[in-house]
Amino acid sequence: MVKLRSTEDLKAFREKCKQELEKSKLRILVCAGTGCVASGSLEIYEEFKRLLTEKGLNVDCVLDEEDNCNNNKSFKVAKSGCHGFCAQGPLVRIEPEDILYTHVKLDDVEEIINETIVGGRIVERLIYENPTTGEKFAKEHEIPFYKKQQRRVLANCGVIDPESLEEYVANGGYEGLESALAKTPQEVIDDIISAGLRGRGGGGFPTGRKLQFGKNAKGDKKYVICNGDEGDPGAFMDRSVMEGDPHRVIEGMAISAYAIGADEGYIYVRAEYPMAIKRLRIAIQEAIDAGIIGDSVLGSDFSFHVHIKEGAGAFVCGEETALIASIEGKRGMPNPKPPYPTDSGLWGCPTVINNVETLANIPIILSKGPEYFRGVGVGNSPGTKTFALTGQVANTGLIEVPMGTTLREIVFDIGGGILSGNKYKAVQIGGPSGGCLTEDHLDINLDFDSLQSVGAMIGSGGLVVMDEKTCIVEVARFFMSFTQFESCGKCVLCREGTKRMLEILEDIVGGKGTPEHLELLEELGATISDGSLCGLGKTAPNPVLTTLKYFKDEYLRHVENKVCDAKVCSALKVYTIDPELCKGCTRCKRVCPVGAISGKVKEAHTIDVLTCIKCGACVETCAFNAIKEA
Amino acid sequence: MANTTVPKAQRSFEKVNEIVRKYEAKESMLIPILQEVQEEYRYLPEEILTYIATALDISPATVYGVATFYAQFSLNPKGKYVINVCDGTACHVRGSSPILEAIRRKVGLAAGKITTDDLGFTVQTVSCLGACGLAPAVVINDKVYGQVTEEAIELIIDQLKQKEAEGDN
Repeated sequence: MVKLRSTEDLKAFREKCKQELEKSKLRILVCAGTGCVASGSLEIYEEFKRLLTEKGLNVDCVLDEEDNCNNNKSFKVAKSGCHGFCAQGPLVRIEPEDILYTHVKLDDVEEIINETIVGGRIVERLIYENPTTGEKFAKEHEIPFYKKQQRRVLANCGVIDPESLEEYVANGGYEGLESALAKTPQEVIDDIISAGLRGRGGGGFPTGRKLQFGKNAKGDKKYVICNGDEGDPGAFMDRSVMEGDPHRVIEGMAISAYAIGADEGYIYVRAEYPMAIKRLRIAIQEAIDAGIIGDSVLGSDFSFHVHIKEGAGAFVCGEETALIASIEGKRGMPNPKPPYPTDSGLWGCPTVINNVETLANIPIILSKGPEYFRGVGVGNSPGTKTFALTGQVANTGLIEVPMGTTLREIVFDIGGGILSGNKYKAVQIGGPSGGCLTEDHLDINLDFDSLQSVGAMIGSGGLVVMDEKTCIVEVARFFMSFTQFESCGKCVLCREGTKRMLEILEDIVGGKGTPEHLELLEELGATISDGSLCGLGKTAPNPVLTTLKYFKDEYLRHVENKVCDAKVCSALKVYTIDPELCKGCTRCKRVCPVGAISGKVKEAHTIDVLTCIKCGACVETCAFNAIKEA
Repeated sequence: MANTTVPKAQRSFEKVNEIVRKYEAKESMLIPILQEVQEEYRYLPEEILTYIATALDISPATVYGVATFYAQFSLNPKGKYVINVCDGTACHVRGSSPILEAIRRKVGLAAGKITTDDLGFTVQTVSCLGACGLAPAVVINDKVYGQVTEEAIELIIDQLKQKEAEGDN
């Protein structure tokens, strides 16, 4: 790779990359996101390469080896980043026709080559079928899951090979950096301020203002940090961007560094994301080799060096001061603010920390302008937001929609409704810091301000859909056990308070709850929120407080009637034997571990409710469906 | 092999020295150093923690403090196969708890233990793997298994056990 020494060089390189990309007329993109790899996509990729070579079809023409390309028949098999449609994986996309094959198996590869690549026909059985209507779609952009989306941050995910700088550049990559270098740092910040970009990691703080603080801070040495410690259970947008479009993250960091006058940056990635780390490493090396980062970026006076720091498994490290402590090699505990990191951050130097998705938005603002960015979204929340749509919904995956899209559109249009026709109950948004949204909130706009008004927050964008078979109290207990475990222990109210709240919730799901417990939960929640230093403690009670507000009846059923209507809390189950159906075969009596079942052979049996430990073993063993749980 | 004559203790510190040297014995590199040491030994032996403290010229308490803070580090030996059951929200609502129980039953773990006595398996939960589209997910060493069922995971463990049995012969 020849070093690019000016923005003109980069422009010329982009033209060359575009031409090369157009040469390979047919591209087979095999999704290599974590989800599809787990479903076996790498083997499929190898099989494509093997079979195409075996059949003498000209394959794998690498972009910078022009001579290998035969203009008439040129195929490229590439690994792509995450398409976002993980549950349908492994996914194979054929360009330029935009055909998407789902659930592809090793045996299907030959058929795809013979039918689609050689014959130009679609393999019907591999295209997406709407699980509720049975309607079939061959083209990716026609599938309802994609149709309602506006993929800007995720534009390249699933479309380009994340391990190829050439493909990123050919798709407009580093245009933002190019345009930033032609401006003064202040002009870059002004652009980001006028775009109105707000932090996508949960806080929603205006990114432009943060950069301004960083620029204004005094100091010769400054840092930018990319926060890739995506700890919220149920969120994976940052992972997908780092895996599927790593150069975009580097570009966003380089622009931020230029704006505030930093020459060094860190990407802090969770250790649970090994593929993201690998892809970022490759991307950094490619960018250094091309002269896009490193000393004298594209021949300018600006230098920028990037390092990767692997996290070691601590949720609290997503908090900026804790993250800085962790990069410095210490226990990742938060520090009081002020001083804010923009004044005194990493090793006491001014530091601007931004989340992955925020950084991925910056190149768009610089290359297409603030007006373009503001073109979608609502009021104080312009732009798009990615959401990880999971749980009991038909189409799980990663989506990107304009800010202000309603929950109904996301769950029912994009998500395809609730699995197996069950009834919608709630959506948990924003992970362990967020809250629950009920049926009444389905038409609320999803943006920073509207969500705050109902006690929830957009958080990092995890949307977990729950149906009638999900017990809200148990979910609240689940989140509390998560935050209790992840509390770093620095603030007493967070450390002890979350523990007490968890104990109360365990009592409630264990059938030992009282109505007074509910008041105590509310009181504890408010106190923990007031008395904690960082976001973890401040928001830890949210899942409990919002569910108490919107699902009070369900809590009351647990504590007053000792009934779990969702039939999840095993301690609240009651098992009875229907004497009409029982044949007296004694199988349940033999399988009961505590001897709670009595009865004679060929006579109806009974369960002693006091002895019964509600393990459910009898239900499983009964061949006559005579045992009922309620 | 040539190094079989080297006493075990000496051999281990050589490896640690190499890792410490690679990171120039910098205090800020403590976490990557511990990560590499753990990769080598599959856990962090106590005497090595003290040794690292001396090499980095910091107190053993600092090293111990960092090693116990992060979930990734283990001060006890781990099994050959580390089974991480994802207990993120998406996996939780799609039934990760019964899967965890099935695995614990299958590998024969007594209550309160996470590693089998023969150091064959370690079973633990992990907060979120980011593979939520494939919920419930399980990772065995570095391989991710998606949309796992109790039957499927039992089958996978059977295969691992069989592989081990064949390897022993």
